[in-house]
Amino acid sequence: MRIKAQVAMVMHLDKCIGCHTCSVTCKNTWTNRPGTEYMWFNNVETRPGPGYPKRWEDTDRYKGGWELNNGKLKLRAGGPISKLANIFYNPNMAEMEDFYEPWTYDYDHLIHSPKSDHLPVARPKSQVTGKYMDKPEWGSNWDDDLAGGSEIVPLDPNVEKMQEHIKMEYEKTFMMYLPRICEHCLNPSCVASCPSGALYKRDEDGIVLVDHDACRGWRFCQNGCPYHKVYYNWNTHKAEKCNFCYPRTEAGLPTICSETCVGRIRYIGVVLYDADKVKEAASVEDPQDLYEAQLSCFLDPFDPKVQSEAREAGINDAWLEAAKESPVYKMAMKWKIALPLHPEYRTMPMVWYVPPLSPIMNHITNEDELNTDGYIPAVDQMRIPVEYLASILAADDKEVVRKVLLKLSAMRVYMRGKTVGGVDEFKQSELVKQANTSPEEIEEMARLLGIAKYDERYVIPTGRREMDDDLHYKQGTCSLEDLAPQEGLHPTFGYMKAREKNYESG
Amino acid sequence: MTGIFWWVIFPYITVTIMILGLLYRYAFRQLTWAAPSTEFLEKKWLRFGSPLFHWGIIFAFIGHVMGMVIPIEFYHALGISDHAYHFGAIYGGGLVGLMVVAGVVILLIRKITIDPVRIKATFSDFFAVLAVLFVAATGTYMTIIYNTTVVEYEYRLTIGPWFRSLFMFQPRYDLMENVPMIFKIHVIAAFALFASIPFTKLVHIFSIPIKYPTRPPQQYRSRSNYKRQGL
Repeated sequence: MRIKAQVAMVMHLDKCIGCHTCSVTCKNTWTNRPGTEYMWFNNVETRPGPGYPKRWEDTDRYKGGWELNNGKLKLRAGGPISKLANIFYNPNMAEMEDFYEPWTYDYDHLIHSPKSDHLPVARPKSQVTGKYMDKPEWGSNWDDDLAGGSEIVPLDPNVEKMQEHIKMEYEKTFMMYLPRICEHCLNPSCVASCPSGALYKRDEDGIVLVDHDACRGWRFCQNGCPYHKVYYNWNTHKAEKCNFCYPRTEAGLPTICSETCVGRIRYIGVVLYDADKVKEAASVEDPQDLYEAQLSCFLDPFDPKVQSEAREAGINDAWLEAAKESPVYKMAMKWKIALPLHPEYRTMPMVWYVPPLSPIMNHITNEDELNTDGYIPAVDQMRIPVEYLASILAADDKEVVRKVLLKLSAMRVYMRGKTVGGVDEFKQSELVKQANTSPEEIEEMARLLGIAKYDERYVIPTGRREMDDDLHYKQGTCSLEDLAPQEGLHPTFGYMKAREKNYESG
Repeated sequence: MTGIFWWVIFPYITVTIMILGLLYRYAFRQLTWAAPSTEFLEKKWLRFGSPLFHWGIIFAFIGHVMGMVIPIEFYHALGISDHAYHFGAIYGGGLVGLMVVAGVVILLIRKITIDPVRIKATFSDFFAVLAVLFVAATGTYMTIIYNTTVVEYEYRLTIGPWFRSLFMFQPRYDLMENVPMIFKIHVIAAFALFASIPFTKLVHIFSIPIKYPTRPPQQYRSRSNYKRQGL
């Protein structure tokens, strides 16, 4: 057993209102520099829709993630040898058109245009070429709220494979939001795709980062990530990606996207996992077994044996306590209401999603007259087809999604019963049995999901510093210090080694 | 005197500039050290130009090792006649040379005509492409046209030994005196190009990811380990 700690996130999609506050604060924090205009470390997609970049789920085209080849886990885009053979031209890489050409507007013209009969217009201007654009034709959320409707929705790879016909009439169609950040996977394919070894997973908290000094711009990570969450900066020619706001999480603060989420949909916590199990779990034959296999990697933070081994592995008490209180552990592992995004990519993603409930179609005219068990078949008739959710969150295993929706419905029925009566009926009902829950669990769930106190949503232990030799010196220094090379001379040339010695002697 | 300058002083100066420049850039400017791909901005031209050019360059490098580094006696010992060698060098080298020239011309056209690529290209980018084009064009001209129309020039008796003598620090510059002008221009241009490498995108020549096939696919780094390694 090789215990590692991982900071992870759960997003409760029921509460996402698609306001893009997360995307905007993230952009203002991380990607407002030349070369990064098109990058959205955090983006919110309206589903069904092609997403950002367009059709990122089309793994046949971009060849992201892993596949099982004769029982062995292989990168879908090919191993090191075929990568080196394709290094001069990467046939699978997305280009700017697949994202969009970023633009701004000529605001200056509004102020300085001479007096004329017509109102001045701020024309769109490309942020890549600096030239005026005829008209912008696509953007990261161009299809927001089903804009483009029946023309755009069929581009969704999940829709393409659905048996069920998706109704596009306004009264009958469905819609949900899917906020996405880097998944900080347990088995990241971007890391394995990097010829320079510049991408790495941090031992302490599992955050996947890019070492910009080591990055040589070979760009295999961009399509190696099946979620398309590693971006190529066309200005600096280096890879950039979501860094889980590690300067904030190291200080015990939630990421900026979580902090500013008005719907309180995001939860951040620590989970403990066995790094030795990951490869085996990612290699199970049937993609529908990947969800359970991933769950089997996580360790019970209440188990004394796990605790003692974790301490041996260098995980301190603050982190162990946080693991016990972790909202991610509760939602994803204990209650099993949060599911990984596209487990079939075999990357073991660590941003989990609580699928959204949606209005029940045609079946129920008057909910007051519905008896408790009437909700069981209703789960299959919700407006968002279970088939669609299963395609996104469960490798097409509808039963997994159905169980979650049943549990969430049970919570809704119980909490409603507490006000209008019917709790006793609920306790005896088939619903509570099939949802595999209990009033106690529901109360706990309702508190975390519904009341969602700041302290309970974010249980983030601070980054460890006690191993630093000179904490006095560290006061006020950048958190990058010692992790990233210092400014100036590269460490290969011994400057830092010399300083290290000074520390030890003095 | 000019012989000493071009065949002793000039090569050593240019290579020194290259080595010191590379060390400086690695030490102080590593953030700028990358293979500055523009594939993100344009794919269609790159698809043909880039593999043609790069594979051509790799084969051309091997060809130069065969002609400049390996002594003529080695071929004689193997029983390869001079004529057979030149037959292979002219056809193989000619094909490779054409690959490089065609590739670099496609890339240059792309750099000039595709808006985002041109606008992002700096002076050093254009310089690198034009310098490589000049060196490749003279090399290809020598191989295909000079060698077949003027004389099948035996550079393995003059340029080759001179090149090797540079590494012994006993430059035999006298060997270069009677070398045809076109060969001289090719050699001088190549050394000038070497001197420019640290200042252009060509630095990526020195970051071939040879370790990639043998390293474990997943990479972990740790704050505490980082310190323990003393980096």
